[in-house]
Amino acid sequence: MSGPSDFQPSNPALKWIERRLPIFGLVHSSFVAYPTPRNLNYWWTFGAILSLMLALQILTGVILAMHYTPHADLAFKSVELIVRDVNYGWLLRNMHACGASMFFFAVYIHMFRGLYYGSYKEPREVLWILGVIIYLLMMATGFMGYVLPWGQMSFWGATVITNLFSAVPYFGESIVTLLWGGYSVGNPTLNRFFSLHYLLPFVIAGVVVLHIWALHVAGQNNPAGVEAKTEKDTVPFTPYATIKDAFGVSCFLIFFAWFIFYMPNYLGDADNYIPANPGVTPAHIVPEWYYLPFYAILRSIPNKLAGVVAMFSAIIILCFLPWLDSARTRSSKYRPLAKQFFWIFVVVCILLGYLGSQPPEGIYVIAGRILTVCYFAYFLIVLPLLARIETPRPVPNSIADDVLAKSKGRAATAASVVLALVVAGGLFAGSTQNAKAEEGGDTPPAQSWSFSGPFGKYDRGSLQRGLKVYKEVCSACHSLNYVAFRNLADPGGPGYSEAQAAAFASEYKIKDGPNDQGEMFERPGRTADYFPAPFPNEQAAAAANGGKAPPDLSLMAKARSYKRGFPQFVIDFFTQYQEQGPDYVDAILQGFEDKPPAGVTVPEGTYYNKYFPGHAIKMPKPLSDGQVTFDDGSPATVKQYAHDVTTFLMWAAEPHMEARKRIGMQVFFFLVVFAILMYFTKRKVWADAH
Amino acid sequence: MVGAAATVWPLVAQMNPDAATIAAGAPIQVDLTPIAEGQDIKVFWRGKPIYISHRTKKQIQEAQSVALSSLPDPQPDSARVKAGHDQWLVVIGICTHLGCIPIAHEGNYDGFFCPCHGSQYDSSGRIRQGPAPANLAVPPYAFLTDTKIQIG
Repeated sequence: MSGPSDFQPSNPALKWIERRLPIFGLVHSSFVAYPTPRNLNYWWTFGAILSLMLALQILTGVILAMHYTPHADLAFKSVELIVRDVNYGWLLRNMHACGASMFFFAVYIHMFRGLYYGSYKEPREVLWILGVIIYLLMMATGFMGYVLPWGQMSFWGATVITNLFSAVPYFGESIVTLLWGGYSVGNPTLNRFFSLHYLLPFVIAGVVVLHIWALHVAGQNNPAGVEAKTEKDTVPFTPYATIKDAFGVSCFLIFFAWFIFYMPNYLGDADNYIPANPGVTPAHIVPEWYYLPFYAILRSIPNKLAGVVAMFSAIIILCFLPWLDSARTRSSKYRPLAKQFFWIFVVVCILLGYLGSQPPEGIYVIAGRILTVCYFAYFLIVLPLLARIETPRPVPNSIADDVLAKSKGRAATAASVVLALVVAGGLFAGSTQNAKAEEGGDTPPAQSWSFSGPFGKYDRGSLQRGLKVYKEVCSACHSLNYVAFRNLADPGGPGYSEAQAAAFASEYKIKDGPNDQGEMFERPGRTADYFPAPFPNEQAAAAANGGKAPPDLSLMAKARSYKRGFPQFVIDFFTQYQEQGPDYVDAILQGFEDKPPAGVTVPEGTYYNKYFPGHAIKMPKPLSDGQVTFDDGSPATVKQYAHDVTTFLMWAAEPHMEARKRIGMQVFFFLVVFAILMYFTKRKVWADAH
Repeated sequence: MVGAAATVWPLVAQMNPDAATIAAGAPIQVDLTPIAEGQDIKVFWRGKPIYISHRTKKQIQEAQSVALSSLPDPQPDSARVKAGHDQWLVVIGICTHLGCIPIAHEGNYDGFFCPCHGSQYDSSGRIRQGPAPANLAVPPYAFLTDTKIQIG
């Protein structure tokens, strides 16, 4: 991309093509011969990581779109069917959902790196602005993608974000109606979001080409912040940068795989496993973690229009960064004051993210206001002022000098940097977990589950007993819509044979039809049938249960959670703790008390439960000792019932968990070996360059 | 220029609600007899939840007696209910901040409380506290009889 290449292929066929379309020359000059500064550190590998993430998101996204149904009544179910029935559907979905988070994680590091080393300064202003445009497009794409599963958080996130435009004076309401295609968020909204979510990644890819083009015109910045002058300052892109990027990418993939295979729900919100319901607002609407700092800025301003303007300004201000910071020295390495303010700014952003996840009350609002002022002050006051008053340290004469001056101990820095990165990532991302504030419910005690941890497996006996409890007790009121009888014979499930599953199914009466006479009829169940619901529709279920329909149990173990709090959620990242849902369900089943404690009254028609938020639950105590008899001699106690039925519900919510963890281990082994090999290859290649 | 604008127009206008959506947004009639004093129901019109509250004497009293100057969006209670039907409050249950659904009978003002960002509305649906800029909107409606209203 930097001028005509003198590359000449030797193969006659390639020569023939090259004369007509000089594409090999273009590739050669851009990605092989292209000179890169020899002092680049690992922060520069995030460009390659981002390219890979974009490619992966497009690939998995196109595949998911082949199985997804963009309709308000079917979208939630189609996502569940992808995860349950499509071969490796759970893997593709996890890759795509966690991939979005990883994409943002990488882009934030990429942006902070640009900020620290002054990569936005002359002559790279256009390069930087193109980056900001990519970031904006990513935010729009990420937001619309989050709407597609059509869970509660999808729906209400879409409602809140589209309502931001209603702050526009005069035209606000018309703009919002135009965005919705209706009078509220609904099917037309979902359809257009799907269309745009499919389109925008390709627009991003287009702008990425411009971004790389601009990069190859201006040349890469580097940690020293001095331009490459002689041959000695640079190394050819291939093999030097290629191999270094490959090592960086393989390390990043290990981090990515940690989420895909072991913590797929860590970054998500439990509420999004509840289908969208326009009549019920979740207690706390929290956007995905990557929007939280901006959400905090929005909420810290008491005026609606001003809040929206501030939120968008917080992003747009980045475009003006090259002119706000007029200091001549690029790299903060040589700017003692700018360096300190940079790290303060990083902390401000992380704290804003944390506040964005907290309920907007009391101290959080005040802290949010102070930090919002800090955020803007960094760009509008600190940077312009520093450019005038700061005395930078002398920069090296050339990149080659910088490399020579570098002392040893690089590995130690790299290791500490990686560690800090993981901790910061876990901290920031985990703050979303914290958003689950409970109103007056005790914290469920942590139970020991056979399926927790990296080697966790379902206890077959427990699954079979849990199925019995569901069948004899829970199924009187609760449906299990996403589980079919055939699933009972699936690998990683309760371990029944096909014949046993068929026999189990035949005990049920399934409504079928219409027959040739046009009438509905009943027949014995087959393995392809799903567990029949106890009530024909939600209204009937509500009418029979005091006005509130008992929720479907298929996803219950993933759709409930409770506040983990700081620093627990950081520890959870390392211990792979994912069992909030089962802990909560188990606790609810055992948390009924005949008499509320003194001084507490619950409304009529509700029952006191120690662990239910607000304590007043509509469900009467479902289990009592001796109610279900087990064939295997397990104790007939509420404690045992609760444990078994919760295990069963966890399997119902995630039938492919065992495959996920098993494949995860294989992938991990491969990636670690691959990364080690890459590291030594990189050492070998770079041996003569240092 | 005119040609370009004329070409763009259908491309943008298609985004607005389609004919079926508009048709489904026709007025609805609601019978008020089953709603006892102090109770409220939620009906959906144009995909929006509409709260119909049968206010108690106390709630009406509170709504009428508050000093208008103390309200962020001053509006007398009489402008928010139909004359002669003081006991019926009909409001669109969408928080004017960012569109969440406030919960009835909660908050400090005997009215509505929005769980999203903490806005509180009084027994007339007027904003009293929190980030919402305006009172809960009153949908277009009319009393057909004393016990039946038409919304829309």
